[in-house]
Amino acid sequence: MRAAPTSGRLPHTGARAMSQTETGRRPATRRNRELFLLIIAWGLGVLGTLQVGWATGEGTPQRFWITASVVGVLALLAHIIVRWRVPFADPLLLPLATLLTILGMTMIYRLDVAAAQRAIRNNSPPPTPDVYSQLIWFAVGVTLFIVVLLILRDHRVLQRYTYTAGLIGLALLLLPLIPGLGATINGATLWVRFGGLSFQPAELAKIALTIFFAGYLVVKRDSLALVRVRFLGIGLPRPRDLGPIVVAWVFSLGILIFQRDLGTSLLFFGLFVAMLYIATQRRSWIVLGVGLFAVGSVFSYLAFNHVRVRVQVWIDPFAFADTGGYQIVQSLYGFANGGMLGTGLGRGYPQLVPFANTDFVLAALGEELGLVGFIAIIMIYAIMVQRGFRAAVAVRDPFGQLLAAGLSITLALQIFVIVGGVTRLIPLTGLTTPFLSYGGSSLIANWILVALLLVISHRARQPIPAVEPIPEGATQVVQR
Amino acid sequence: MTASIRRIAVVFAILLIAVLANVTFIQVFNTGELRARADNQRVLLQEYGLERGPILVGVDPVARSVETDGALRYLRVYPDGEEYASVTGFYSLVYGATGLERTENDVLSGSSDLFFVDRLQQLIAGQQPRGGGVTTTIDSRSQDAAWAGLQGTRGAVVAIEPSTGRILAQVQSPSFDPNVLSSHDPQSIRVYYEDLLADPNQPLINRPIVALNPPGSTFKLVTAAAALASGRFTPESVLPGPAEYDLPLSTRTLRNWTGEPCGPGGEVTLIEALAVSCNTAFAWLGNELGADALRAQAQAFGFDTAFETPLRASTSRFPDNPDAPQTAISAIGQFDVRATALQMAMVTAGIGNNGIVMDPYLVQELRGPDLSILRTTTANEFGTALSAQNAAAMVEMMVAVVERGTAGVLQGITNAEGQLVRVGAKTGTAQTGEDGQPVAWMVALAPATNPRIAVAVVVEDGGQAEISGNALAGPIARAVIEAALR
Repeated sequence: MRAAPTSGRLPHTGARAMSQTETGRRPATRRNRELFLLIIAWGLGVLGTLQVGWATGEGTPQRFWITASVVGVLALLAHIIVRWRVPFADPLLLPLATLLTILGMTMIYRLDVAAAQRAIRNNSPPPTPDVYSQLIWFAVGVTLFIVVLLILRDHRVLQRYTYTAGLIGLALLLLPLIPGLGATINGATLWVRFGGLSFQPAELAKIALTIFFAGYLVVKRDSLALVRVRFLGIGLPRPRDLGPIVVAWVFSLGILIFQRDLGTSLLFFGLFVAMLYIATQRRSWIVLGVGLFAVGSVFSYLAFNHVRVRVQVWIDPFAFADTGGYQIVQSLYGFANGGMLGTGLGRGYPQLVPFANTDFVLAALGEELGLVGFIAIIMIYAIMVQRGFRAAVAVRDPFGQLLAAGLSITLALQIFVIVGGVTRLIPLTGLTTPFLSYGGSSLIANWILVALLLVISHRARQPIPAVEPIPEGATQVVQR
Repeated sequence: MTASIRRIAVVFAILLIAVLANVTFIQVFNTGELRARADNQRVLLQEYGLERGPILVGVDPVARSVETDGALRYLRVYPDGEEYASVTGFYSLVYGATGLERTENDVLSGSSDLFFVDRLQQLIAGQQPRGGGVTTTIDSRSQDAAWAGLQGTRGAVVAIEPSTGRILAQVQSPSFDPNVLSSHDPQSIRVYYEDLLADPNQPLINRPIVALNPPGSTFKLVTAAAALASGRFTPESVLPGPAEYDLPLSTRTLRNWTGEPCGPGGEVTLIEALAVSCNTAFAWLGNELGADALRAQAQAFGFDTAFETPLRASTSRFPDNPDAPQTAISAIGQFDVRATALQMAMVTAGIGNNGIVMDPYLVQELRGPDLSILRTTTANEFGTALSAQNAAAMVEMMVAVVERGTAGVLQGITNAEGQLVRVGAKTGTAQTGEDGQPVAWMVALAPATNPRIAVAVVVEDGGQAEISGNALAGPIARAVIEAALR
């Protein structure tokens, strides 16, 4: 459908416009498909929750149909707004995000049951179930999702707020360091507390910073793409252009040092380097980024005990099975217990893994749904990321391309870091599992992320006449 | 920028493959190793989450699982724990399983291939799998009698049905309470286990089939069988039976326990020598026959073979290269001759079963979760120890031991109809050499023709005289026989 980059005979935008207008019809909105998939996602949640109830001997969960109805209404509401505001948006993103959220709630409920049964055995007071809080966060997430769709008709508006977004992102990241406001939970200072609520601002910061990176790089990419210095056969950027990457690097190290948050640090630096590469198409940035990452890694390994412990636990978790390695060892035992087909929902022992409903929700799902279910979940993520990249490739403006790609990379990196962590592919870092983990900040941030991807994908597939063609300069064509 | 976006997407696709490959490795290829790790609680929780099948004696369970509301759902209970501990073993969180709990684990836990169809049904119906049952060969009345008889002593009883090899009784004393070891409280399990380990009476060793003791005069049955098998002797052959026997190649002598000659003029027939347990006559006989003939006869009865009933028994043994005096002492079951109670019961049973020794076995039936019989053990010949004719002669010699010899305590046993039953037996006393405490033995066969039970009783803290076999072990043997014949 697209002209080969080398041919140069057909102007790129022309080819795309032709293919869409030639048929003379509006492209299908595919909203009915979305609705159908949403119903399936809801149904899977209903069946899964009932299965948990039956398998654990609890029977039909309390307030089950009310909860199920609320979830259904929220999903339907989101769908209606999508139908109204972004009818050409990608039809898979909303159902997949909904399915993951529902699956997460099912597992959170399952772990609530385990906690309640344990309390009965120990004659301790019943614990507060987490699933209703998660339901409230889901409602907040969907509300913000709707707000984004209502106020943001066109993602290009965001480009105007490039530096504002950058400042907001920075402020959000620094918030936990303010004395009295920040809270250190489980060794990482990435929480903000006010009133009875705790919030992880880094989750929202990742969206703000993606907007900032996209806006910034779209403007600077030409100068950043210039090659002046050749070193060992690699074209390196001019020293004065090194500023941004060095700033990002120092910043990531700062997060690591002051907030002790390995995951977020890795996420931001990886995101920045990948977006820099996409914007400039210069591999030298990747080489530089990997080099700086390596230097930073070695430095933090030598300088910080908590990093060293993480790495040692990763190399031989069983040697630390009673201390730092307990979580990952229990996680591996969970996966092993699940095997190919899983124990079945409610039949495993996911509660044995500490933080099973947040960091290790994937271990819980891997145990009870088995390899088959786990791969299915990973594939859902993969499809979401793929749809994000697809929107990035399809959208016409460079800012939209960078933003969609950035958001997809955020999602993909986060998933890789957490999945790799709980399965001991890479050292464990404390990142939430998008949509699945218990916790408001993560859920809300990822629903906003989906809303943004929907807006961009809507713009990408919208028939040309509806939008003023974006003047893509000749530079773009030359660059390809 | 499309090209670079695509390239980044390819990078993530590679990471995706890495993640999927890694998790496949963990969940498919590495599960065995992860599950085998000692600190993997899931394996235990799962094991204890299943209803383990019962171990049955007749129709009564001697081990069964009861549901609790603890984290470990099923608790193993043993209604007559100490009495059957030698058979059931224990099923411990901390120390694993022993006894039939260990050897029959596949069936009890429901993981045996016998349950393939059941498991398929359970999988489809979404039911939790259940374990199958194991029915033992134990006769509860014989077991009860043996258990009651051994109270307050250190010893063991094994009773066998001679025609099949079924183990009718297998009791040890002192015993242990498998209920404590199979509890869900690791602390009390450890404390109790440490106490058992520290106990000088070693309650954990499974005395009936593991403890090796010198068989003493009961081994004269083997020597006598070898004598008959040689063709040179009959029960009526006259042997020298002086008060003292000069051990060849040494200045030492071997004395009768009475200190008297065994017969007038220091001569005695083979049958009388056995009846009065004449040491000097059998020592002489041992040297006449030679160590090789004695060893061959012992091996024909099961010495030097490791039996699994399916519980693993110790290998009873006859010394490898004894010199002449050692052979003489070995012939009366001393020196380095060592036998388990199980082995001496097999010698007795083999004599009673026309010379044919049967493989001993403890498991009669394997049953499904619904207790339907899936497999029945069939009796199996171990070998022929002596000819039917010689076996019959041996039985008569053993009857003489009861009727006019050292096993008088077994006289006057009646069956269920109140009729007198002819009983054959042999007593024994042996020095263990370790703590100086003699070991008292009684092996017996009842009824003498077509015997229903062969029993071996060993009491390790016996008295000082030959009489102790009769006095200490005899009443226990009598009680077991009476229980079995009733």
